[in-house]
Amino acid sequence: MEIKIQIEKLKISFGNIEVLKGVSINVYKNRITGFMGPAGSGKSTLISAVNRMIDYEENVKIEGKIYIDDIDVINDDIEGVSLRRQIGTVFAVPIPLPRSVYDNIAYGPRLKGITEKSKLDIIVEDSLKKAFLWGEMKDRLNISALKLSGGQQQRLCLARSLALKPEIILLDEPCSGLDPISTAKIEDALSGLKNEYTIILVSNNTKQIARISDYSAFFYMGEMIEYGTTEKIFTNPSEKRTEDYLSGKFG
Amino acid sequence: MRVNPRFIDKIVKLGLNAQAFFTVGILIVIVATICFKGFPYINFEFVFSSPEDMGRRGGIFPSIIGTILLVMLSILLATPLGVGTAIYLTEYTKESRFTKIIRFGVESLAGIPSILYGLFGFIFFVIKLKMGWSLLAGVLTITIMILPTIIRTSEEAIKSVPRNLRLVSYSLSATKWETVTKVVIPSAAPGILTGVMLSIGRAVGETAAVIFTMGSSLRFPASLMDSGRTMAVHFYILAREGISMEKAYATSLILVLSILLVNIIAYYIMNRVISKYS
Repeated sequence: MEIKIQIEKLKISFGNIEVLKGVSINVYKNRITGFMGPAGSGKSTLISAVNRMIDYEENVKIEGKIYIDDIDVINDDIEGVSLRRQIGTVFAVPIPLPRSVYDNIAYGPRLKGITEKSKLDIIVEDSLKKAFLWGEMKDRLNISALKLSGGQQQRLCLARSLALKPEIILLDEPCSGLDPISTAKIEDALSGLKNEYTIILVSNNTKQIARISDYSAFFYMGEMIEYGTTEKIFTNPSEKRTEDYLSGKFG
Repeated sequence: MRVNPRFIDKIVKLGLNAQAFFTVGILIVIVATICFKGFPYINFEFVFSSPEDMGRRGGIFPSIIGTILLVMLSILLATPLGVGTAIYLTEYTKESRFTKIIRFGVESLAGIPSILYGLFGFIFFVIKLKMGWSLLAGVLTITIMILPTIIRTSEEAIKSVPRNLRLVSYSLSATKWETVTKVVIPSAAPGILTGVMLSIGRAVGETAAVIFTMGSSLRFPASLMDSGRTMAVHFYILAREGISMEKAYATSLILVLSILLVNIIAYYIMNRVISKYS
């Protein structure tokens, strides 16, 4: 199976606090990989290193390597801006930009220099369809994105990140503030997307990871405890701590 | 003895009401006086003709033009400078000794009496740079005078834009500058506009700094190097030298009306911006 992201001995600290203590993991192409673990386990920090959003934090020290298609995004001379054209990100809370639904989705493509209305129309429609939002939004493209419900906003954020036509999508607890129905819609959308994208889903919701991810990794206190197929991790974990976490003994 | 808290509540409410009415009352008395005393003397000729006999007769057209030119040019200069400084302070530097010094300087400048700006403008622009009493010297002086207000209000407005919006913009492959121009500035626009409005108010009403730098000639300011007289200065001279109280009140009424007009236009623009970016 093809490896899309190869992380080697990644160490990250903020000031004196070591958040990641040497994590190595291979993320496979066109699969959904779930990162789970209690708060403070370093899983969100890990994905913020992959898309280099970590550059906007202060006092960060990074060691190790992250290869995306043979390019080391940590050490090679690469612009965060061009990297993020290939990596879509969805944050924990839906953050629509204060403008219309259409302009939210067209934001990224316009930055790339796409200004023709006809091309943008196609991108907007395509992205909304992939995020399972087209049906609800097709007649309301010009309303303010701030007027949508939380679930719709989060699908809009997913659609917005798809509009850049990335190869990788990172989702940082995308359903943490959503109701079960909205969560199900996001999960359906993600399952449909994995044929085209490599997806990393960070979540505290182990059931969600079990439902939709192909591979699962369990993080605890800055270390990756266990990694394998979701089936293996959830039915027959090799580590006691993984088992305890999944059975709800802590977390 | 314990006082009934409900009674205290009533007293406080009464007191606060009285204060609010007092404030609004003063405003109403001032505006009403100006309207009452100035309105009878306002007509087409007063607005669109030149003054005669030191302003005893005729109109205030050159002063209206002088005011518009002075205020507009100062705002056009000060806004980009001030907003640029605010962007620099909030987006492009980390908090350091240097930014603290800049901020302290800005705050000190905001507190200086306008006559000192006038004196500075007189010595530096009028004498040293040999501009003479001119529209240019006035514009540069007023620009410096209102800059601190624009910087401070813009900085506050920019700071209040949520960090999340910036992060989202970066995550969608925007550069810092694209994020500033497409997300931060539009979101901060209403706050920035408030600062610009305050500055317009200050510039329109300014006398001391203007007399020192732009002079008080009654001519029509046809070029940047011409001296001129703003409405506020005209009003001051008419009233102070007892030339004509009627014309003085009429001038001040035009002044008040023009500020009202500017405010209405500004609110219109603000609503356009808000409806586009919300």
